[in-house]
Amino acid sequence: MSAPYAKLPAWVDFGLIPLINLIVAFLVAGLVVLLVGENPIRAAGLLVEGAFGYGEGIGFTLYYATNFIFTGLAVAIAFHCGLFNIGGEGQAYVGGLGVALPCLWFDTILPWYLTFPLVILGSMFFGALWALIPGYLQAKRGSHVVITTIMFNFIASSLMVYLLVDVLKPRGSMSPETRTFEEGGQLPRLDWLLEIFGLNIGGAPFNLSFLLALVASFVVWLIVWRTRLGYEIRTRGFSPSAARYAGMKEARIIIVTMMLSGALAGMMAINPIMGEQYRMQLDFVGGAGFVGIAVALMGRSHPAGIIPAAILFGMLYQGGAEISFEMPQISRDMIVIIQGLVILFAGAMEHMFRPAIASFFIAFGGRSGVPAAPASE
Amino acid sequence: MQYFDTLIVLLQSTVRVSVPLILAALAGLYSERSGIFDIGLEGKMLGAAFGGGAIAALTGSAWLGMGAAVLVAVALALVHAFASITQRGNQIVSGVAINFIAAGATVILGQAWFRQGGRTPPLGGEARFRTIELPFADALRDIPILGPIYANLLSGHYVLTYFAFALVPFTWWVLFRTRFGLRLRAVGENPGAVDTAGISVAWLRYRAVICCGILTGVAGAYLSLAMTAGFVKGMTAGKGFIALAALIFAKWKPVNVMFACLLFGFLDAAAIRMQGNPLPIIGQVPSQFMQALPYVLTVVLLAGFIGKAIPPKAGGVPYTKER
Repeated sequence: MSAPYAKLPAWVDFGLIPLINLIVAFLVAGLVVLLVGENPIRAAGLLVEGAFGYGEGIGFTLYYATNFIFTGLAVAIAFHCGLFNIGGEGQAYVGGLGVALPCLWFDTILPWYLTFPLVILGSMFFGALWALIPGYLQAKRGSHVVITTIMFNFIASSLMVYLLVDVLKPRGSMSPETRTFEEGGQLPRLDWLLEIFGLNIGGAPFNLSFLLALVASFVVWLIVWRTRLGYEIRTRGFSPSAARYAGMKEARIIIVTMMLSGALAGMMAINPIMGEQYRMQLDFVGGAGFVGIAVALMGRSHPAGIIPAAILFGMLYQGGAEISFEMPQISRDMIVIIQGLVILFAGAMEHMFRPAIASFFIAFGGRSGVPAAPASE
Repeated sequence: MQYFDTLIVLLQSTVRVSVPLILAALAGLYSERSGIFDIGLEGKMLGAAFGGGAIAALTGSAWLGMGAAVLVAVALALVHAFASITQRGNQIVSGVAINFIAAGATVILGQAWFRQGGRTPPLGGEARFRTIELPFADALRDIPILGPIYANLLSGHYVLTYFAFALVPFTWWVLFRTRFGLRLRAVGENPGAVDTAGISVAWLRYRAVICCGILTGVAGAYLSLAMTAGFVKGMTAGKGFIALAALIFAKWKPVNVMFACLLFGFLDAAAIRMQGNPLPIIGQVPSQFMQALPYVLTVVLLAGFIGKAIPPKAGGVPYTKER
């Protein structure tokens, strides 16, 4: 039954197969568009036009992409350790506390460039805290991290509703949100960055946290591939027994990885709270934590793949909003379907086309298609 | 007497909200006992609720609606089965994907077909399940204590409610007293042994996942054809995950599943009831606390502080023959 996977050239493994999976996901999404009675090719055209056709669209695309880079990195670093952190949504939600509290305390006293470091630390702290408990339970008590992080998403949601409605809401206000931050709690927009390319940002909330996301991507690459901790994380992910045999402290690796993952998810809260709304609202995460799963799978858990994958999803979010003006049948929920299809084809069924491609390479490629030794697992 | 009436009303709504949980948790039980983890209960239930609502609205028949609901859920279950059994993919990833596909597709298709903001048209008459009055319910209503229990608590539910509760002993019987059940449990613990005995691991698991699909379909039908008159966008509202929590809380045992679902249902019913009504000694309990309680309890159980939840040994691991 189990034919060992043939060894394929790296560009096929990391380029062609993910691309084919992605194309299949979009073809199926196209079928849904057909089913709704619209033209998929026109929809795709509108999507790209809405996301990249003008300065404001690009600004929005990159704004959404910022969220997804953070949550994508969060899922990816846990993947490297063999952990599936579905809790990005909850970690980002609680991470919002680490953004909102420093802003509420210091926005009138400090300028933004002094609040910003506090906010970064705060969001990382609260995000990590929310991931610490599932991480600890996985490491010490063997409770499956997938289940506990799902539970923690719901607990986070209840907790934040309580805090926003009963604690953080200013007196006399009706809507469950904090007060609007003064200047010290507002990140500058990156209009100058787009102006270099001759684009006008318009009203897009593209802000400094995009650069923070790029820095975070670099730091994640540094940690995972250039430090001892990263080596331990990857070893544990590849083979827990090998990691134990090599004398690595498994429990410590799991807890630290989950905290890093939670910290990255928590930083996502900076973008909408300090970069766009200047206040913390109910449900500000809006599913970005789950998009991170699709982004990490598509980006093959590497920052160099995550950034383009995040921009692709940013494009879907922004373009999807634009399509709905032209095609009222297609709302942003279309993106949720595409997200699901990408997770299905790039994640759960990632090897579906592999045997076909492998035999194609054996038949036509010759040299490179030598069957490898049976994969050991 | 007033407290007694309140209690009856509370228990009655507990039964109402527990039914989809019981059905979904038993669905998960079949799948997970066979070694296929399923976090896509939510998505299957949602897809089924939509399929049921849509077909019942078009045909005017609740039973046809339920058939459609089951078909949708089984189709989604087969996608999960294909990804996790045939393709040996990651079962968690596949479940997440199904949740998203269902969440998006129900809204998009609902809007395109019915143009009511993601709802299906409201159902009435034959298109919706009606409650059943047990014999003599009205005559016995006035007997103290037992009368209200019989007339309000036991009588006056939907067919699907009685079906859900009957399914609990039935599932126990299937799992622990039939050959199929023995093999199903075996394949979740040690698929290699089942394979050695000459039984197809894949076919057994496919059957378990199809059982899961059928039951999530009934759960979805209950939501859109019985509890509410029609499908509403996102109407499962996390019930699939509560059911998953209940399944773990019940340590993958059928009778425990029923009690866990009743407990979580009771918390839900009590949370609704307590809004604005402070408790005697404790005072006002935030309703969010009650909503979070099932999840907190499950985490505490998973942590091993109240008993230990040990999942089927081969759960989540794709079976590979001869390596």
